[in-house]
Amino acid sequence: MNKVWLIIQREFLTRVRKKSFLITTIIVPLIIPVIIGGLVFIMLKEAESAKPDTVMVVDESGKFDLDSTKNTKRFHFIPLQVPLEQAKKAYNETKDFALLYVPEFDINKPEGLTIYTQENPSIEKIGDLESILADRVRDLKLQEFKIDKEVLQNLKTNINLKQINLTETGEEKTSNALILNGIGFVLGILIYIFVLVYGIQIMQGVIDEKTSKVVEVIVSSVKPFQLMLGKIIGIAGVGVLQFLIWIVLTTFLSSGVLGYFGLKTPQKQAMEQVEKKVKDEDVKKAMSQASPQINEIMKSINEIPFTKIAFVFIFYFLGGYLLYGALFAAVGSAVESMQESQQFQFPITMPLLVGYLGLFMFILRDPHGPVSFWLSIIPFTAPVAMVGRIAFDVPLWQLALSMTLLIGGFLLTTWIAGRIYRVGILMTGTKVNWRVLAKWFMLRE
Amino acid sequence: MEALIAKGVSKRYADHTALDNVSISIPEKTIFGLLGPNGAGKTTLIRIINQIINCDGGEIIVFGEKLKPGHIETIGYLPEERGLYKKMKVGDQLLYLAQLKGLSRNDALAKIKIWLEKFEIKDWWHKKVEDLSKGMAQKVQFISTVLHEPKLIILDEPFSGFDPVNAQLITEKIVELKENGSTIIFSTHRMETVESLCDHIALINKSQKILEGPKKQVKEQYRSNTFIVEHRGNHFTLPSENYQLVKQTAIEDGLYSSHIKAKGSIKGNQLIKDLVDVTEVFSFQEKLPTIADIFISLVKGEDDSALKKHLQET
Repeated sequence: MNKVWLIIQREFLTRVRKKSFLITTIIVPLIIPVIIGGLVFIMLKEAESAKPDTVMVVDESGKFDLDSTKNTKRFHFIPLQVPLEQAKKAYNETKDFALLYVPEFDINKPEGLTIYTQENPSIEKIGDLESILADRVRDLKLQEFKIDKEVLQNLKTNINLKQINLTETGEEKTSNALILNGIGFVLGILIYIFVLVYGIQIMQGVIDEKTSKVVEVIVSSVKPFQLMLGKIIGIAGVGVLQFLIWIVLTTFLSSGVLGYFGLKTPQKQAMEQVEKKVKDEDVKKAMSQASPQINEIMKSINEIPFTKIAFVFIFYFLGGYLLYGALFAAVGSAVESMQESQQFQFPITMPLLVGYLGLFMFILRDPHGPVSFWLSIIPFTAPVAMVGRIAFDVPLWQLALSMTLLIGGFLLTTWIAGRIYRVGILMTGTKVNWRVLAKWFMLRE
Repeated sequence: MEALIAKGVSKRYADHTALDNVSISIPEKTIFGLLGPNGAGKTTLIRIINQIINCDGGEIIVFGEKLKPGHIETIGYLPEERGLYKKMKVGDQLLYLAQLKGLSRNDALAKIKIWLEKFEIKDWWHKKVEDLSKGMAQKVQFISTVLHEPKLIILDEPFSGFDPVNAQLITEKIVELKENGSTIIFSTHRMETVESLCDHIALINKSQKILEGPKKQVKEQYRSNTFIVEHRGNHFTLPSENYQLVKQTAIEDGLYSSHIKAKGSIKGNQLIKDLVDVTEVFSFQEKLPTIADIFISLVKGEDDSALKKHLQET
């Protein structure tokens, strides 16, 4: 055990002392706020300077009567009372966004509506324009059915569903799908990246030891399994340290940058909320002042169990890392270069990728559906899937089952990897394929 | 006491046998030459002794005890395929390897200092291994092998990569280690070092041990009672039927060198006596087989009589 500790120390210290570690650890949290800041800055600038696009309209049907009274934030309409050919010429002499041509048409079957542009417009703009036209057609239809404008106005109602989770004890919790989605999305991707990046570091380390031949000296002092374990744990330490530094730095710096633009990070908002709670008087005051919508968001942020999420995240990061890390170590022991490792890398990262895709396709859309459930139970996909789900309040029994299986899963992969590793690290010049790996696995001690 | 005894050690892989019932005993405080062609099974045996792999049959006894995990601290191993962590500093590297062998940090530091001074490389402490030349890295590797003062030292081709000056330096250190009470197992292809350094030898070929014993005794075993005589003039008749002229070559100025084989019980003295009557003798010595001779002929698969014939002819 003492020797495993020595190996852990070496793996940890040599990596942490590297310049590249220092650079990525410091630069990434610096870059993220800069990017966020930059984007916010550009967005604000754009919002200020954005001018509506001018659309010339040739309306032969006379049904739309798109004139300046129909202007929106994004489009200004200029009706032209000339034939299309003439209008085209006129349009070409301007730098306006588009020329819209509306022929005679049947409102039940609008056809022939055409837009002429000088540049390729974005799908978004075309979509916006289409929805304006669709609205006009709908209004026309309603008029045809003799429904007057006022009734029409009254038909439109703004609905904002207030989301409340009923817990088993009957307690009510406010929630906000958008925020939960964001949390699931970010955490899921983080796990995916971390497992992959640090898994490959393990593999690189094993390959280095094998190709530099130092491994034979080491295994004359320790068991191959101890060496593998020490390496995996040592690198896990590097990952956790890096992650913690990132959290501290990004929180610190992001709040600085956002503060500059008068925005607040979720963490800060939550913290302030907690502070407010302490002064009960102020809360009531604040509540009454703030608009009900903002209040709801604050409340739902406040009710997200951050401590639980952090704990679950670290658990699944370590669990997923150990599960895949062992496999990466086994691959590293079998090959002699990174290139050679490609053929094995893809199959072992497949399940991780499935979890990653599942995050977008199922978990964020339907966090409690059957596919989401299974993805978060199976150990190979659970790290990404469960972390993506966790903000949506996963039942305790599912969490317990998933965690137990994950522990079982990494014990299993570590055992399998250990058997391949002990043979692989001493083998050089062998052409390795899956059959060879299976043979090594079966080999007696 | 024996430093190491291997009793009927076997190791089989799916498609071949690496060691087949090999027994060897290595006396304490000797330099033991483990010889054999490439692929004979030497490295397998060495790995089994180092507990890197396990044997399928037989057992290993180290200083009277069955081989157990604790023994790695009594053994120092220099593998044929050298390797150190390239990015690590010399001092850190030695410290790490010594601690893995069970030395405490302080002990290790003190010993590293002594050894770096011995090799006059004290200022290398902060150098990275990747910045060292091959020979320099070999020195560091050698130090890492003997740093924990192992009673049993296994050196696999220790001289590869060294220039003659450093090879001499290492040779001195090896002899010094032996004098200080260590037992050294020496696996090499360089027969002249075996000839000059080893006390005992064993020869492994095709997974089996085919020869073992003290070097002198082995050479004795393969002597063929052949003598090399330098004499003037080639016109002489051998004094009796008991002698046979194997080979004769002219040297210079009418001097000739003759290989004369004497029958069974006839000693060298008798031959001199007989020769002085027929020719003028300038020098006289018994032709003893070199380890290289024995190695080559045994590995070629010739039996003992063929070997003796081979030795006479060369």
